[in-house]
Amino acid sequence: MASRTAEAVAGLPQPRASRGAALTLLVLKLRTFIALILVVAFFAALAPNFLSLANVIIMSKHVAINAFLAIGMTFVILTGGIDLSVGSIVGLVGMAAGGLITYGIPLPMFGVVIYPNVFEIFGMTLLLGTLIGGFNGVLVTRFGVAPFIATLGTMYIARGAALLLNDGATFPNLVGRPEFGNQGFPVLGAGTVLGIPLSIIILVIVALVAAWVAGRTPLGRQVYAIGGNERASLLSGVYVDRVKIIVYMIAGFCAAIAGLVVASQLVASHPASGTTFEMNAIAAAVLGGTSLAGGRGTIGGTVVGAFVIGVLSDGLVMMGVSEFWQMVIKGIVIISAVILDQMQGAAARRARLG
Amino acid sequence: MSGAAAPAAAPGAEPVVLRAEHITRQFPGTVALADVSFEVYRGAVNALVGENGAGKSTLMKILAGVMPPTSGRIVLEGEEVVFESVHDAARKGIGIVFQELNLCPNLSVAENIFLGRFLTRGGVQVDRQRQRERARELMHRLEHDVDPDTLVGELPIGEQQIVEIAKALSEDARILIMDEPTSALSNAEVEILFSVIQELKRDGVAIIYISHRLEEIVRISDYVTVLRDARLQAKAPIAEVTVPWIIRQMLGSTEPPKRRPRKFKADVPVLGVRNLTLPRPGGEPLVSDVSFDLQPGEIVGIYGLLGAGRSELFESLFGLRAEARGGVQLAGKDITALPVAARIRHGLFLVPEDRQRDGLVLNLTVGKNLSLATLARFVRFGSIDRASEGGEVLRIMRSLQIKVDTPDRSITALSGGNQQKVVVGKSLLTNPKVLLLDEPTRGIDVGAKAEMFRIMRELSDQGIGVIFATSDLKEVTGASDRILVMSRGQITLDIDAAQATDELLVNASTSKVAIGAGPAPLNTES
Repeated sequence: MASRTAEAVAGLPQPRASRGAALTLLVLKLRTFIALILVVAFFAALAPNFLSLANVIIMSKHVAINAFLAIGMTFVILTGGIDLSVGSIVGLVGMAAGGLITYGIPLPMFGVVIYPNVFEIFGMTLLLGTLIGGFNGVLVTRFGVAPFIATLGTMYIARGAALLLNDGATFPNLVGRPEFGNQGFPVLGAGTVLGIPLSIIILVIVALVAAWVAGRTPLGRQVYAIGGNERASLLSGVYVDRVKIIVYMIAGFCAAIAGLVVASQLVASHPASGTTFEMNAIAAAVLGGTSLAGGRGTIGGTVVGAFVIGVLSDGLVMMGVSEFWQMVIKGIVIISAVILDQMQGAAARRARLG
Repeated sequence: MSGAAAPAAAPGAEPVVLRAEHITRQFPGTVALADVSFEVYRGAVNALVGENGAGKSTLMKILAGVMPPTSGRIVLEGEEVVFESVHDAARKGIGIVFQELNLCPNLSVAENIFLGRFLTRGGVQVDRQRQRERARELMHRLEHDVDPDTLVGELPIGEQQIVEIAKALSEDARILIMDEPTSALSNAEVEILFSVIQELKRDGVAIIYISHRLEEIVRISDYVTVLRDARLQAKAPIAEVTVPWIIRQMLGSTEPPKRRPRKFKADVPVLGVRNLTLPRPGGEPLVSDVSFDLQPGEIVGIYGLLGAGRSELFESLFGLRAEARGGVQLAGKDITALPVAARIRHGLFLVPEDRQRDGLVLNLTVGKNLSLATLARFVRFGSIDRASEGGEVLRIMRSLQIKVDTPDRSITALSGGNQQKVVVGKSLLTNPKVLLLDEPTRGIDVGAKAEMFRIMRELSDQGIGVIFATSDLKEVTGASDRILVMSRGQITLDIDAAQATDELLVNASTSKVAIGAGPAPLNTES
């Protein structure tokens, strides 16, 4: 930062941030990361087993669910949209997977039932989540429905569908049966590679791919551009509608991953699972520095934001803080994050204008 | 007109009601006003003229409390004042009618007039009845008996303008600033406005009148002040003022060299437009039956007043207006039905009038703004190849001399002229055949303007067809090979720049008669 301002060519409006202001700006920029370190240090000091390997793994598994949703959500928010339906997609995808394992695909006209194997089930349910996202995108673009309303509607529809699938009941004991060749579903939630849970490994892969898409591909660049100025993007030849539909599909896809992981961890699918998850996802993105106005935010920031929220709630549980107080504290953290965000914006403007 | 008679000042009152002294206003990278002093006479029309970017709007905004001056002071009725806000200025008796209408289309006439300072019952409940009556009175005074309950969005633009004036009057303004009040009005509406102005003068209201229409200025003003390049150029009472005098003061004595006449002849025009019409629901079309050809390397200037349909013509050509009718051919290919992105691929690009709103993505860097329209070209293995992107970005920055140390800077750090060059640079990366530039010099300083025209000439030398729209006479005559004048959505003059005179252009810009038969129908094969 500082060295770059020193190189400024004469005659240009020169940033004249003092060293103190530059430091303030840096602290504000890294605030989510600093917050994470503080939260971890705080609980490590007060809760004895907090940093034990077992606890770290458990916490990471909790965080992973929210992180999947938050990554997808970040793409949507970057375009200036919002997706309230992801929590319901978690529930619906879990129920769809549970139904496929338990009942297969009955084809009464042929008198047969097809039992897809686990990989086919993953493919079908991921496709389901992606298509629901595409439905959101079409509502928002082709029909001009405000994202909040469109995804609110989808939230109810998907939740209702999840409840309808087994008449409001859960699909328990999703281990599959050898004679149907559909065993192995719980591995996603319980399996490990070199001691690292599979869900964490998938999260790392998803996060890396997402960061690559956001940071390095034309799609990512266009996502930021649309969030910054939709009309200028259109005038620059960006297929604005197409990009918007894709981001909602990404959000749906990520929600479907989360849905499968949740159902697999529980070895059961519950139609109410994922309720209010969309709010945690939005909170993680905002905490990570994503602007709800669109155009600003990073995948890395979002993942760190998800960790702050996850570590905070698990730590508070370990310290025996009541669930009611946990909610109050979480709210305070989110609001503080947004206030800091505003301060950063103001500090950055001051640094630019001098 | 003998309207230049001594203003009807109240006996004993000082004739100057407001005095702006040595006003300077700087923006990052440009000086919008330099040491300008301006007197406003009571009960008189004080005209302010100058080219776009001369500083008229800035001065007006300072007087209306929209922005403070960087230095200088404002003396109102002999007392120095500082306006905290538009509201503060309004309380002190200064009303303003903006060029862009500031009305809420979803509210009624009465609600708009009293927006923000509702007439209330007991300070709580809005007194709709009283607002309605006051609104009715005000509109009656303006000779427009519109039902105060009508939604503003349902009124034609001319009547919306009247509502805006009523809004300013409702605060009992002693000084009323009018920025291009007639630009959207029909002739009949202009006459009504002028009679309103006469009446306001009799009431002792001082009017600051800004207009591009010089005949209007000469007709209704009492004092004329000319700004040029952010400085005070001249001021005179109307008795000493003529239209040629204003033009001379506005443009300066040094006429820019006209382009040497060039001959353009190609088998296929690079852009062919036939019978392009953009209908407006419940009104005259925004663009009406426009036909013309553009040859490769030709620079065509479209001159017209605000609201003449220039921007709408460009937007229709670029595919932003789905309801546009008519044919558009680019280098022999019919592009009439294509979306924006496909038109760009075929070689058309629009540099929009409002850079900040339509041209730039403010959260991205200079480099990312430049490459936004051509990302597909830099892709290798799915990623944007930063080396090839950076190379092209640097090449275009150098060739356009965009003044910034690194493409990684925020676009907001650049001056208006350099921001404009970024938008142009973005278009050049797409290798356009035809470039549409809507008011390319709006809000940029004199040096940047000259550079803009140099760039346009270079592009035309490379065979790119350039069409630019402007409401600036000097620009259109100085930079074009051929000039089209638009008025009310129609082309009213199509003339070789060498034969164009200011008078011809100005007359055509207020004409209501479209030129006769346009070019021959396009060959629709290919």
